Amino acid sequence: MEKRVVFRSAWLPYALLAPQIAVTLVFFFWPAAQAGWYSFQLQDAFGLRTEFVGLSNFAALFRDANYLHSFKVTALFSALVAVSGIAIALLLAVMADRVVRGALAYKTLLIWPYAVAPAVAGVLWAFLFAPSVGIVTYALRQAGYDWNWVLRGEQAMLLVVIASAWKQVSYNFLFFLAGLQSIPRSLIEAAAIDGAGPARRFWTVVFPLLSPTTFFLLVVNVVYAFFDTFGVIDATTQGGPAGSTQILVYKVYYDGVKAADLGGSSAQSVVLMLIVIALTVVQFRFVERKVQY
Amino acid sequence: MVENRPWLTVLSHAVLLAGVALVAFPLYITFVASTLTHEEILQVPMPLMPGGHLWENYAQVLTAGSHAGAAAPVGRMMLNSLVMAVAIAVGKIAISVIASFAIVYFRFPLRNFFFWMIFVTLMLPVEVRIIPTFKVVADLGMLNSYVGLTLPLIASATATFLFRQFFLTIPEELAEAARIDGAGPLRFFRDVVLPLSKTSMAALFVIQFIYGWNQYLWPLLVTTQESMYTAVIGIKRMITGGDALTEWNLVMATAMLALLPPAAVVVLMQRWFVKGLVETEK
Repeated sequence: MEKRVVFRSAWLPYALLAPQIAVTLVFFFWPAAQAGWYSFQLQDAFGLRTEFVGLSNFAALFRDANYLHSFKVTALFSALVAVSGIAIALLLAVMADRVVRGALAYKTLLIWPYAVAPAVAGVLWAFLFAPSVGIVTYALRQAGYDWNWVLRGEQAMLLVVIASAWKQVSYNFLFFLAGLQSIPRSLIEAAAIDGAGPARRFWTVVFPLLSPTTFFLLVVNVVYAFFDTFGVIDATTQGGPAGSTQILVYKVYYDGVKAADLGGSSAQSVVLMLIVIALTVVQFRFVERKVQY
Repeated sequence: MVENRPWLTVLSHAVLLAGVALVAFPLYITFVASTLTHEEILQVPMPLMPGGHLWENYAQVLTAGSHAGAAAPVGRMMLNSLVMAVAIAVGKIAISVIASFAIVYFRFPLRNFFFWMIFVTLMLPVEVRIIPTFKVVADLGMLNSYVGLTLPLIASATATFLFRQFFLTIPEELAEAARIDGAGPLRFFRDVVLPLSKTSMAALFVIQFIYGWNQYLWPLLVTTQESMYTAVIGIKRMITGGDALTEWNLVMATAMLALLPPAAVVVLMQRWFVKGLVETEK
């Protein structure tokens, strides 16, 4: 779609675009190009000399067992966050769509975690599950279950998944509720007249009509788990124990900032950029087709 | 409601109440912990009812920080967070609204090129270009400054998109009428486009305020002085490692202070928030 009526000026449009383009060039394109450039370089231990090494940083990366492990951790983590966040949100949205009384109150009480910073969400849950003082830890001990995420990898993973999904449920909930409310009542009524009960109506009518929303949320949640959960990880497990919660973004940060491995970290950045590009393309191809069921 | 099924309605309320309780549980425990003393938290299990040290703990963190960890006053950090959130939200809206106006209402060489250039930034989140962006900001001498905290996060493909979509729905007749009346583009922008964009701006402001307030990785890299920490960073710095050493009562008071402003924005401006959330993802 284009405007038929336009204004004419030789300089004004450029002046209006200038601030956005300037910020984009200085803080997006220039650093991204540098990440690409560094990824082909090897720096000596004192940061004095750099040497062009071609693709060897990438080759080293994919030979590195830690990096491949981090890929697996990221895949598991994002799958758990996306699936649990979506499933819980869908359940709550279906229930909220049913109730007449108190619908707004429920909505208000369910959406506020969206406003909590990932790092703060991490701290909140880390306190509940803290090995010595945590209240949930205490309850689990009483039930005969030994909980210590500082030492056990799978429990640390569970902790960061809970903290990340908890924050994301509110977001998914709002989109599912909007999706449910846009389903024509006549379809549900027709199914009811044909004798379909609530459960059958949900699986044969409602859920298929929600599939575009579900797919959209799947992509958004995976992107969230990949990038926005940095705060959750850094505020709780910091990738540990023994790398069992070290997602890719955390490794870029750790290798680049803490371990000062410029070439390796930049090569990881380039790999991550390719992943974001792939996810964005998936998302936009889906948006094009959104109208068809 | 298609039919009356009382048991299903009861079940719905039960599930929703369970959901609300589960979502609120960490917040409640955080609040309780922020009203206790350090010793009260250390006895396992900690009390589940609020204690009597609410003012003491909050006054302590607001004016002086923690005893064991970072000793920077949280009041200052909240000010930093506020400056950062408002500057990012206003900055994003300002540069995006004029950029989209140029893209929609003008024909000029390289128009599509610029549009795609802004679009591509969607694919370059801070997290993937940490080190080089940090270097650029360091070279420009912007570390430990508000400019360094906000400027690199101000470019926004989503806001530019949102305004572009909205401008395309403004009736052609308005621009025609403005031109017939002899109004130039800037006059048309100020008197017609800006007033019409108010709701979109409000919605976007809510979303971007939360985004700015909740930033973590970027302030972590750019601020090294305690006086420039944001509230979210401050919490992290108070956790000293070791359950018993960390003053959880003060950490939790800080957490409450860090999450209340954005939560209040979401709850009080719910209508704009929902609108902004749904529209920015279109």
